[in-house]
Amino acid sequence: MVEKRKLICVSCPVGCELTVTLDEDEIVEVEGNTCKLGLDYAEQEIFDPRRMVASTVKVKNGYHPLVPVYTEKPVPKPKIFDVLAELRKVEIEAPVKINDVVIENVVGTGINVIASRDLPKA
Amino acid sequence: MIKKQIYDVVVIGSGPGGLAAAAAAKKEGADDVLVIERDTELGGILLQCIHNGFGLEIFNEDLPGPSYAQRYIDECRELGVETMLDTIVLEVTPGRKLYASSTIHGFVEIQARAIVLAMGCRERTRAMIQIPGMRPAGVYTAGTAQRFTNIEGKMPGERIVILGSGDIGLIMARRLTFEGAKVERVLEILPYLSGLTRNYVQCLQDFDIPLQFEHTVKFIHGKDRVEAVEIAQVDKNWNYIDGSEETIPCDTLLLSVGLIPENELSRQAGVLLDPITGGPYVDESRETNVPGIFAAGNVVHVYDLADWVTLAGYDAGKSAAKYAMALKAKESAHIPVKAGNNVHHVVPHTINKQNLKDDEIELQFRVVRPIEDRVMIEVHDGENRIARKAARYARPGEMLTLVLKERHFADVEKANSLTVDVNPR
Repeated sequence: MVEKRKLICVSCPVGCELTVTLDEDEIVEVEGNTCKLGLDYAEQEIFDPRRMVASTVKVKNGYHPLVPVYTEKPVPKPKIFDVLAELRKVEIEAPVKINDVVIENVVGTGINVIASRDLPKA
Repeated sequence: MIKKQIYDVVVIGSGPGGLAAAAAAKKEGADDVLVIERDTELGGILLQCIHNGFGLEIFNEDLPGPSYAQRYIDECRELGVETMLDTIVLEVTPGRKLYASSTIHGFVEIQARAIVLAMGCRERTRAMIQIPGMRPAGVYTAGTAQRFTNIEGKMPGERIVILGSGDIGLIMARRLTFEGAKVERVLEILPYLSGLTRNYVQCLQDFDIPLQFEHTVKFIHGKDRVEAVEIAQVDKNWNYIDGSEETIPCDTLLLSVGLIPENELSRQAGVLLDPITGGPYVDESRETNVPGIFAAGNVVHVYDLADWVTLAGYDAGKSAAKYAMALKAKESAHIPVKAGNNVHHVVPHTINKQNLKDDEIELQFRVVRPIEDRVMIEVHDGENRIARKAARYARPGEMLTLVLKERHFADVEKANSLTVDVNPR
């Protein structure tokens, strides 16, 4: 069975509108992309959609009560809220250094959550 | 830390434009570069933009705002850029003098050889778009809500309606969803998206947040706190379409309805603003109409991407450094002409070494006390005599002169100052 799906590529700020033709769960054609990233995106988005997750975690004795964090790589879309639930449980101690690992292998994704800035003590 | 009173380049604002300008100015050869920031830390609004999407153009990496900022904060520190935090610039003069105030440094007066305006922009508010209704708490600009949520750790509300499809509004729709709020609706008065398409996909579509084009808020309900908003569809002329009204219960209305370059300081400095962009007119070097005052980033016009603001900042910083160093070279070419023994004053007060190849220079001066006998007039550099002239007497009432000629210029070139003495022979 041939199926056409419309996607918007989010690889960069251009946001190309892609039309992906699927035949029996196999991509046979991608149209509308203006670079190679679009092809990879279509493949990824159809079979294993992933997103970067950026949020905050609580910090004890920090200059701010929170430090921003993000997943080093995109995580599977269905796991976004599981990642967020894990982050809500975490409280770390200041000082925090940029790229400090806040959670290793978050919800079994093999991906670390890291701090996105230095946060000195209060 | 005691700050200098004169800087080569002073940058106002430490967002992406300001940090890039400061780093570029240093790299271009400016000796003393100062960044003045009104917040207590560097980075500007990037610090509250914790989402990814920064650095794709410059680093080919997908960074959150704070990580992106930190690269430039670190670079500025390594290059020796000085900073003044928690300091608000009160006024900039056309002569590039800055008046600033802070709890740490008190009232400060700084002379800059060049200035980079990098104050960024400000969000449009409810008052600016005149939404009718009650005036309850719970109406925020999207950026204010972003600061509450991402830095201060306070949720702006639980049931949210967002007016405007600008990027910050879209980003906040996702962010508040992440934090457990329910985003009921995003409304856009235009028939198309104001923000980037990728943000529509990643922030709304991914979480099934409904977006309605050609819709706006008609009335805000609520006494102390927002209780609901009445929305309506609009026609081409933005008139409400009768019968399209719908009331959405909510406790918070976020506004993402445009940004305005922040140019109060620019105006005081005599910088001409383009009524279309709201920012200064600039040339290709990012110089404004006021010589030595440059501008870059959202203060000039509102950008989609921080990366592009950084690139504009580089240009402005580089140009500012060139201007400052040329001015400094000219300043150091000026040497003072001092009144020495029995001399009341000398005109000209300074000599510009860059002009020595041109005409002869006549020094004009008066003595303090009369000498009714032969005198010797001498010009020296503190150690070596450069020129002399005899006179039969010297009286305060009669101006004396001595002309420096081409044959003296080589010695003047070497001098740090000139002194005129009138001594008895």
